Amino acid sequence: MSDAMPSETVELHPLVRVENLHVRFGNNMVLRDIDIHVRRGESLAVIGESGCGKTVLLKTLIGLVRPIQGSVWFDDRNLGSLDEKELTRQRTRFGFVFQNAALFDSMTIGQNVAFPLRQHRKMSDSDIQDLVVARLAEVGLPSTVLNKKPAELSGGMRKRVGLARALAMDPELVLYDEPTTGLDPIMSDVINELMINTSRKHAVTSVIVTHDMRTAHKVANRVVMLWPVARLDDGAPQVIFDGPPEQLEEFDDPRVVQFVQGEARERLMEMSRTRGDVER
Amino acid sequence: MATASDSVNGPAERGGLGDALTEWVADWGAAGLETVGALGDVGLFAWRTMGWLFTRLPSRGTILPNFYQVGVLSLPVVALTGTFIGMVLAVQSYSQFRALGLETRLGAVINMSLVRELGPVLAATMLAGRVGSAMAAELGTMRVTEQIDALASMGANPLHYLVVPRFLACVFLIPTLTVMADFMGVVGGYFYAVGILDIDKQHYWANSQAFVGNYDVFSGIFKSVFFGAAIAIISCYRGFNCAAGAEGVGRAATASFVYSFVMILVLDLVLGIFLDSLYNSIWPEGARLF
Repeated sequence: MSDAMPSETVELHPLVRVENLHVRFGNNMVLRDIDIHVRRGESLAVIGESGCGKTVLLKTLIGLVRPIQGSVWFDDRNLGSLDEKELTRQRTRFGFVFQNAALFDSMTIGQNVAFPLRQHRKMSDSDIQDLVVARLAEVGLPSTVLNKKPAELSGGMRKRVGLARALAMDPELVLYDEPTTGLDPIMSDVINELMINTSRKHAVTSVIVTHDMRTAHKVANRVVMLWPVARLDDGAPQVIFDGPPEQLEEFDDPRVVQFVQGEARERLMEMSRTRGDVER
Repeated sequence: MATASDSVNGPAERGGLGDALTEWVADWGAAGLETVGALGDVGLFAWRTMGWLFTRLPSRGTILPNFYQVGVLSLPVVALTGTFIGMVLAVQSYSQFRALGLETRLGAVINMSLVRELGPVLAATMLAGRVGSAMAAELGTMRVTEQIDALASMGANPLHYLVVPRFLACVFLIPTLTVMADFMGVVGGYFYAVGILDIDKQHYWANSQAFVGNYDVFSGIFKSVFFGAAIAIISCYRGFNCAAGAEGVGRAATASFVYSFVMILVLDLVLGIFLDSLYNSIWPEGARLF
């Protein structure tokens, strides 16, 4: 996939630029001094252990979380400086696939997928219906699910509906929040393939937050790894890896290698130290 | 005994009085800051909701289900409680008025209390309990399951889509619920006073008519609009700011009712004083018995 990298001129204007980003909730600093560029056409995986701020980063990219410092630029527009109307317009260029799909449970599957279209496009009901059926077919769901409620579907089906809904508006950038979490290995692979197909077929840029290394290897052509601020030394960078997935294994930072190989030794030692402190 | 008092006084003595005092001031300061912050937050929430009322109203499809939920479905319970309050008023005041030989004045007392106070407060309380906490729980669940974020991510403003229709439903329909509570209260009071306590029908109505004026009915309905606005804002705010998990949703629902109820009573007092002084400034001669 790396041979499909965009040309140098396009790289000068990445689709997303995150600059000097700081996010804090109360006294809890979640993101500290993050600088990340996402190039057009790229599939970027953001990995890291739970609580390291991956999801918060994703939500900051779409303006759902406001940074206390720094900025997010989308297509050379600073999201923080846009008014409500302009931000809404820009958001239609995004698709967000939520961790638990976040389908509206008061609506049917058909209404869920049609929601963004009804909000923003002036289309006839039958055109909307056709598009919804096509989007659902793309993620492998038959039109029989149209009138079902989200509660009647399995977790994997709900995730696929979430993907169909995120793609309804033909977005330029799709943000995936832990797309394979909580799914069986087969369904995880189905979702991975769907993500690959999506970036190929619709020429979209993707940012995938995950801690599933298979997804990172299979779908992404670049990986960024974050480390929780709470466990960082003062001034140390929060992004501890930024490069192609193939380099993850041989990277010389033990934190990266341990995460990639699922090696808990360091973490267990840390936990036993904490336990010792508490007992003392 | 000695051990108990030692253990109670122990830490305070070690920390010293100065430290304890500092801690106490810090605690109160933190609580004060938090309250001011929360009030500011609710204020902004209300302000933004109002802002939408003047820019773009939600579609009929999102408004109507809320109107149905708030108006139609609340009607039976408001009517039922209204009837009982009317009858209770008759039961409670009868013996005292009878001792003075003024039982025919019961109509004035019952109907005046109903239209000025009990009707609006009762309708608002039922709305806060039935609709307010349901709204907080529903929006809280939407917050916890990221449905509110999903709305925003698809370019729909959550305030415009979720709060404005609920606000409109509460503000527009609470006056009708109040009228319903008033009416059923009057019916209930009449039924008990005339039907069961055997008070003279003619005098009962004549006294009611002599004392209850249009302004009394108006003031009750006027107050109810503010109650409805407070219930909608507080409940939606609690839902939007719901903490994670089932416990968070439960707490949002309970808190929305408690805060709404307190706010109803505070508004009742403030608006009562305002409406009274308004009446006195418009009709300075109008001597009132109640």
